[in-house]
Amino acid sequence: MKLAVMVNEGPYQHQSADSAYQFTKAALDNGHEISRVFFYHDGVNNGTRYGVPPQDDRNITQLWSELSKQHNLDLVVCVAAAQRRGILDADEAKRHGKSGDNIADGFRISGLGQLIEAGIQADRLVVFGD
Amino acid sequence: MAMLHTVNKSPSERNTLDSCLNHAKSGSSVLLFEDGIYAVVKGSAAAGRLKEAAGVSVYALGPDLKARGIDEDQVIDGVTVVDYAGFVDLVTRHENVQSWL
Amino acid sequence: MSETIKKFLYVNRKAPYGSIYALESLEVVLIGAAFDQDVSLAFVDDGVFQIAKGQKTNEIGMKNFSPTYSALGDYEVTKIYVEKESLEERGLTPDNLLHLTYEDEDDDYAEKDSIRFVSRAELSEIMDQQDVILSF
Repeated sequence: MKLAVMVNEGPYQHQSADSAYQFTKAALDNGHEISRVFFYHDGVNNGTRYGVPPQDDRNITQLWSELSKQHNLDLVVCVAAAQRRGILDADEAKRHGKSGDNIADGFRISGLGQLIEAGIQADRLVVFGD
Repeated sequence: MAMLHTVNKSPSERNTLDSCLNHAKSGSSVLLFEDGIYAVVKGSAAAGRLKEAAGVSVYALGPDLKARGIDEDQVIDGVTVVDYAGFVDLVTRHENVQSWL
Repeated sequence: MSETIKKFLYVNRKAPYGSIYALESLEVVLIGAAFDQDVSLAFVDDGVFQIAKGQKTNEIGMKNFSPTYSALGDYEVTKIYVEKESLEERGLTPDNLLHLTYEDEDDDYAEKDSIRFVSRAELSEIMDQQDVILSF
């Protein structure tokens, strides 16, 4: 089946990001297609490459980046939510006069339309949040 | 049209489980995961509510039980424990999914 | 935009201002309107507070976004379900809520109420009919 996932919370603060990751991984391992993972609200914080969590625990952003690379996933960070919370790609940083960008590998910034489109195109959309 | 409802917050922290059960139609399923798994612990008030939910199939995510030190023998009867693959299966087997946050 | 028309339900169960969910979910609804899907909103539990009248936010230093609900009709979002039990349990009546309307282009642009007060049981049925349910 074609599944879409929505992640409403940032890494570590709530278990949502982990649960979403584990679900996504299990779906892929079981032969399903993950058509898009859409990060909204604090979920956009999953997309920063500047996290340096303790070495003896999981690096959530890196897990997403690796899964994305392995399975050619579409990890989309909502532009509006990202702007509020300071997650920027090079274009956004330039547009807003910021000294740098921080989007992690495998993630891209785009509009809320991508969430709606994911809902239309997938067989199921599962929301992970608080 | 059987719906899969998911509840991820503890029944003593939020009203999510109550709200879910108030709206879950007979024939639907409820998956408890993350802190939501506390609802299936024997002797808890929430477990009582679950037992009363007529016609609703109850599932709990095993990894979240284990993480919180809940053995399967502490889980009320009638609950099916699933892993993440089982979670995915539940999503695909139901017509639609509603996450109660 | 798309040939497929799905039933989208946006479920709002949280109060405004104490968290961003109310505001950001509204933003999804507005953007989503462009996709011509069969859209409904549900206000349940503390979500009913989102559409309470008379919100004055200057003293908390936050933007009052409640006027945006009144624009929903212009975005062709005309099915707004408010759960009666949720209102009653919170000591509210329909009079405490914003008057949300839309212009029915099939009825000479007559102004009609967007809010449909439904019982818990009725809302269960409505939820069951949806293809995509977004919770915040």
